[in-house]
Amino acid sequence: MVTIAEPVRKQPVSRFRFILDRRDVLGALFVAPAILYVFLLVGVPFLLAVYYSISAYTIYDPSWRFVGLSNFEQVIQNPVFLDTLGNTFLFTFGSQLLGLILGKFGALLLLRPFPGRKIVRALIILPWAVPIALASVAWEWMFDSLYSVINWTLIALGVIDRSNAPNWLGNPHLAMLCVIVVNAWRFFPFAIVVFLAGITSVPQDIIDAATVDGAGFWRRNYQIILPMILPIVAIGLIFGIVFTFTDLSVVYLLTNGGPVNATSVLGFEGFQVGIVSGDVSHGAAISLFMLPVLFLVVIGMLRFIRRREI
Amino acid sequence: MRRVIAKVGKEVAFYLAIAFFVGLTTFPFYWMLITSLKSNPDLYNVTNVPFWFNEPPTLEHFRYLFEQTLFGRWLVNSLIIGVCVVVITLIAALPAGYSLARMTGRSGEAMGIGIFLTYLVPPTLLFLPLSRIIANLGLQNSMWSLVLVYPTFTIPFCTWLLMGFFKAMPVEIEEAAIVDGCSVFGAFIKMVLPLSLPAILTAVIFTFTLTLQEFVYALTFISSSAQKPITLGVATDLVRGDIFFWGEIMAGALIASIPVAIAYNLFLDRFISGITGGAVK
Amino acid sequence: MAAVLATNIVKQFDEVLAVNGITLAVPDGEFIVLLGPSGCGKTTLLRIICGLERQTAGDLIIGGSIVNDIPPRARGVAMMFQSYGLYPHYTVRNNIAFPLRTQRASRAEIDRKVKWAAQLLGLSHLLDRRPRQLSGGERQRVALARALVREPTALLLDEPLSNLDAKLRASARQEIKQFQQRVGVTTIYVTHDQVEAMGMGDRIAVIEHGKVRQVGTPAEIYNEPADRFVATFVGSPPMNLLARNDAYLGFRPENFLPREMVDDGNGGVTEFSFRVDRCEYLGSERIAYGVIEGFESPQLITAKLPPAHVAEESIRPGEWHRFAVRNSALRYFDHDGKRVNRS
Repeated sequence: MVTIAEPVRKQPVSRFRFILDRRDVLGALFVAPAILYVFLLVGVPFLLAVYYSISAYTIYDPSWRFVGLSNFEQVIQNPVFLDTLGNTFLFTFGSQLLGLILGKFGALLLLRPFPGRKIVRALIILPWAVPIALASVAWEWMFDSLYSVINWTLIALGVIDRSNAPNWLGNPHLAMLCVIVVNAWRFFPFAIVVFLAGITSVPQDIIDAATVDGAGFWRRNYQIILPMILPIVAIGLIFGIVFTFTDLSVVYLLTNGGPVNATSVLGFEGFQVGIVSGDVSHGAAISLFMLPVLFLVVIGMLRFIRRREI
Repeated sequence: MRRVIAKVGKEVAFYLAIAFFVGLTTFPFYWMLITSLKSNPDLYNVTNVPFWFNEPPTLEHFRYLFEQTLFGRWLVNSLIIGVCVVVITLIAALPAGYSLARMTGRSGEAMGIGIFLTYLVPPTLLFLPLSRIIANLGLQNSMWSLVLVYPTFTIPFCTWLLMGFFKAMPVEIEEAAIVDGCSVFGAFIKMVLPLSLPAILTAVIFTFTLTLQEFVYALTFISSSAQKPITLGVATDLVRGDIFFWGEIMAGALIASIPVAIAYNLFLDRFISGITGGAVK
Repeated sequence: MAAVLATNIVKQFDEVLAVNGITLAVPDGEFIVLLGPSGCGKTTLLRIICGLERQTAGDLIIGGSIVNDIPPRARGVAMMFQSYGLYPHYTVRNNIAFPLRTQRASRAEIDRKVKWAAQLLGLSHLLDRRPRQLSGGERQRVALARALVREPTALLLDEPLSNLDAKLRASARQEIKQFQQRVGVTTIYVTHDQVEAMGMGDRIAVIEHGKVRQVGTPAEIYNEPADRFVATFVGSPPMNLLARNDAYLGFRPENFLPREMVDDGNGGVTEFSFRVDRCEYLGSERIAYGVIEGFESPQLITAKLPPAHVAEESIRPGEWHRFAVRNSALRYFDHDGKRVNRS
């Protein structure tokens, strides 16, 4: 054994001198601001929302009186609310379905290299990139009762005549169709991008291996590629569902919930009751009806985040 | 011969499909552009062909927008809001993303996912309590309320985005700096930050565009015209009574859309890999 | 420069015991190699010594003071990483100067030392390049210059040659060793490559499963392995082992020769009947693989034959041959694998 000639000294070290060198301390310090911000302005308001929904709070009478579930009972007994709930699901799933179909189809087109693909992709992204409020205003103008460019074209093509031209946003069924179409229009470029990102991230080796093993086009697509990109597509879809289910901008700007509540959705109704009318407790109760869906979505999200492999 | 025809047919169908998609996505923007440049008599005449100018194009709407409305003010408001939110977001998200990326074990990943999930908590669930909080802080009807609230979704988003980037960064560089005489904090400042400039730039761009796209909070918190950000101002303030100033509205929407559209296209791939959690390279 | 003493170091990661009570004394100026298979804990030990990890238990003493809770920057050690950890946004000059800057050295001193280190390692013409513009060998030299420029208390190297191709590796080995001798810095070198270990180390510490199996000079490790693990980990091909009752008998392939080539000397020889299954001709040597009559063996028995003395026709596969080992070259291991002396 080799002996160490120098004597061992135990240097006194202050506990705090190297505090910033400790990764655990610094790590906690580093996440603290973000966690604190999110806790104070997401966590606390969320709890407040829950409390409002079981109290008699309005902006005119800011009392914190506990009223149990009576707000929810009153909300459910309101037939307009039941319509709203149905509208929300119709709006969400209609626009997601349409968006996904357009997205898958568009992704297949963009997968093939062709001159100008980059420019085409840039143009196709536009509806998703541009603030939806601004695009909604453009659509409102295109759906205008008198100067609608869509109607003008249909008249010019002889499909309809001027006397019975549709009033897009004035007819309950057409209005619902309009908000669905606009939302799908806004969402499908995102779906394209997600599909593309997924497909191009599948390693070429795996596709080659499948080809060598005798897999044809369909088998490659549906047994190799689709299962591999499923987590990514699912994450994309979850985003779409959350932002559509809880949105109010498209409805607010295009139809303002009308005609006669035909396009009223949860987010919009919560806004009308809680902010415009100042009935905070009922507004909060309406908003909280989003929770079960959000909850399911979060569970799905967690599963897919864990499962992603590529 | 038949094969050639089939092939040509296939090509034609392909490009027709592409044209359909491009038409679908760009027409509303073309419509903004053409509307904003048309004179009013041209605009409000149902017998005119709407797709092109029937009278000489004019910049009248743009002039009116800047001179007779608060449009310029809204632009400035949006810029101020965006810059402030970017600063707050970076201060919180840069260290948080780094810390979560370097945290070993399950706790780091769980916390990262937890922060990210708050990005999914919708404004329509929080706007009621937040509007009360903002009223209590005396910020109602002020754009500073948006500066306070927007980081609630930009911080989670950027933390997640930056976390993915930091994870991909080799740990050896920081460790070398630590052994060479830096504290852990020093290594973060001297090595990690300079090397992550591209990611920081991405975070800045997306934070900024997210603030421009936001509508619900702005609508809820702000009613006085002079405090509105550009998106809200253009969408809700250019209506006088029941009369819509379509030329001005479209001009404003176009101006506000262009920078966001460009930014998105430049940073799209990073955005996608951000939200899919670095799953895509 | 200083001696490094680790006593009973233990490192527990969540569920893995990476280092399981290692005691190691490295005197001032020594070049010690930590040799072991991947995952044996040698890199963890190195990271504990430089301070990037905190040991779960045990004391670490550098230059006579306990440094358990001292961060890396205050330990004065230098480390060279497997992929070098060069700062990509700095030039070579600034990379080398960085450790001096953090110590707030004066400009003149920085200039002087950077020049000195660059000259010593032949980097003078590369000072204004960035790491990505350098070849693998140049990067490795920059990392070495950066590690040495501030005269560290100890130099720690973590598999520094594994990113180089085989040709460069030999010259880099030479370079590091020469350099270390000239500077005289205490050096701890981690590798899984026994050629590097044997060629460079003043001493070698063989590590497995978080424990030191043996510490000794290359000759001791090779000739007097402490146990079966060391015997079979060091040496290529490894030591032959024959099971006998509850124990093992071992001998090196180069000592296992045709009977007529082994002179009896004093101590005598042990003869074996060796059936050759396959031969490999490697230029400087011929390796015969086979089995020995009457013995169980964990792996094929190998014999390393000098081609100049053993004609190809004389050792034919499939035939039995008379081979022998000098008794002085035989090693004995008990049933636990520990080497025991037996006359």
